[in-house]
Amino acid sequence: MTDHKHADAIKAVPVRHPWRWVATAVIVLLLAMFINMAVTNPNFEWNVIGEYLFSSKILEGVWATVWITIVAMLAGIVLGVVLSVMRLSPNPVLSNVASGYIWFFRGTPVLVQLIFWFNLAVLVPDISLGIPFGPTFVSWDTNSVITPFVAALLGLGLNEAAYMAEISRAGIQSVDEGQVEASSALGMSRTKTMRRIVLPQAMRVIIPPTGNEVISMLKTTSLVSVVAMPELLYQTQQIYARTYQTIPLLIVASIWYLFLTSLLTIGQFYIERHYGKGSTSTQAPTFLQRLRRNVFRFHSPPPTPPSSTLLDAHGGVR
Amino acid sequence: MNAPMVKSEGVHKSFGSLQVLKGIDLEVQRGEVFCLVGPSGSGKSTFLRCINHLEKIDSGRLSVDGELVGYRQHGDKLYELKDRDAAKKRREIGMVFQRFNLFPHMTVMQNVIEAPIRVRGESADVARARAVRLLDRVGLSGKADAYPRQLSGGQQQRVAIARALAMEPKLMLFDEPTSALDPELVGEVLDVMRQLAVDGMTMIVVTHEMGFAREVGDSLVFMDDGIVVEKGHPRDVLTNPQHERTKAFLSKVL
Repeated sequence: MTDHKHADAIKAVPVRHPWRWVATAVIVLLLAMFINMAVTNPNFEWNVIGEYLFSSKILEGVWATVWITIVAMLAGIVLGVVLSVMRLSPNPVLSNVASGYIWFFRGTPVLVQLIFWFNLAVLVPDISLGIPFGPTFVSWDTNSVITPFVAALLGLGLNEAAYMAEISRAGIQSVDEGQVEASSALGMSRTKTMRRIVLPQAMRVIIPPTGNEVISMLKTTSLVSVVAMPELLYQTQQIYARTYQTIPLLIVASIWYLFLTSLLTIGQFYIERHYGKGSTSTQAPTFLQRLRRNVFRFHSPPPTPPSSTLLDAHGGVR
Repeated sequence: MNAPMVKSEGVHKSFGSLQVLKGIDLEVQRGEVFCLVGPSGSGKSTFLRCINHLEKIDSGRLSVDGELVGYRQHGDKLYELKDRDAAKKRREIGMVFQRFNLFPHMTVMQNVIEAPIRVRGESADVARARAVRLLDRVGLSGKADAYPRQLSGGQQQRVAIARALAMEPKLMLFDEPTSALDPELVGEVLDVMRQLAVDGMTMIVVTHEMGFAREVGDSLVFMDDGIVVEKGHPRDVLTNPQHERTKAFLSKVL
């Protein structure tokens, strides 16, 4: 900045925000009351919470929860992208099959689907491979195939695929039609155009809501406790069914869910920041920057982001 | 005398109830720069898109290099081409769009070598060597690693031309290649096209650049309301139009 500009810098009394201080005082008071209640009320049984927070049963449950979340989410994403491509296909068979799938799985509660998969043996006692209406080659007992883990994956993954299909469809449709025209004019097939040109560009739109879906999935896994899959909530229930310490154990589960979703929120923030590059002129502040800015907003205007050269995703200067 | 590169007989095309092409008859000779001019909505862009089968024609016959576009003839019967076979034919026809349509997630180099590698199955080395030559030819040898958004409109359009040329097409289609450009960037794109014409490329150019048409064009067709109103040598049509509609249009754009 030149001296000339410095001479012209504006000196003015900033706008005061007295009500922000009042609101803060009220919130602090309420928080203090809550903490006081939490500490003095013996029913919270903080010693019990401390005792079970890192117990092996609970940690096993945490691990199972994380594991189901990852596998069901991966299944949901892969199947969802395939479904969205099918849905947008000019082939009416593919597009109707995809529409039907989405209609069915979005239209029934996931809890019902979970219980249904778990009880599949009632409907179909044996699963066999063979010629339709002809001889069978191999056959399995349904109950040995559909374990609680498989039922959980089928229920959560197939249901998630329906939602991911809609997210992915929105992403694909957000890509400029000219991109498809340009690649067909170059002689690229529909499949190649989709894989090389459209999907990579659709990612920017698909990724943020997918982060939301992961967080939602992490919590939805608690439904799996109804099919006796030993995830976090199930393990917690097992313990308090024995000890009757319901509230402290539910708090243990909540602490773990909150911790895991917080990790995912931070991860989602950085992924979105990465994919937002190049599309917005200023970069979103990092988590710490945002925190600092929120704390200091009381006195001074937020610091303006550095307006020097912006780096793009690959280090080139814009 | 060679057969024409493009031959169009009675080509009709409608979008719903709107008739856009009402019987187009014309021939484009090999090595010719063929300019299509006319008011917007006259069907010139649609006709261009029919040539590489981005749009299907409703009736008439349209052939490129002696082969029907989008159909295969066996005896008296026409068979619609499968998507894959239609795509195969498009490889030989380069197209440049008004809005460039570069792939924004790829560098300039990746844009140019994508189709040769993925569609023609060339090795990366061969494709890259040709891309280097082509980028040099359009005056962008220093920009191979840049992303499209880092380039000006004129530079982007020149990359788009290099990308189309990388497939070694026998025919190039230009759909208003300079209409989306700032006036001072139009010249650099026209220079590249002029050089291409000198090298003997067959080109069909939808344009509003009458100066370019007069200087470089071998034939000019004036289209209005889905029909060919007038055709001839650009100098003749532009300086001495025979039809009222041509006169009215030219008085507005010249």
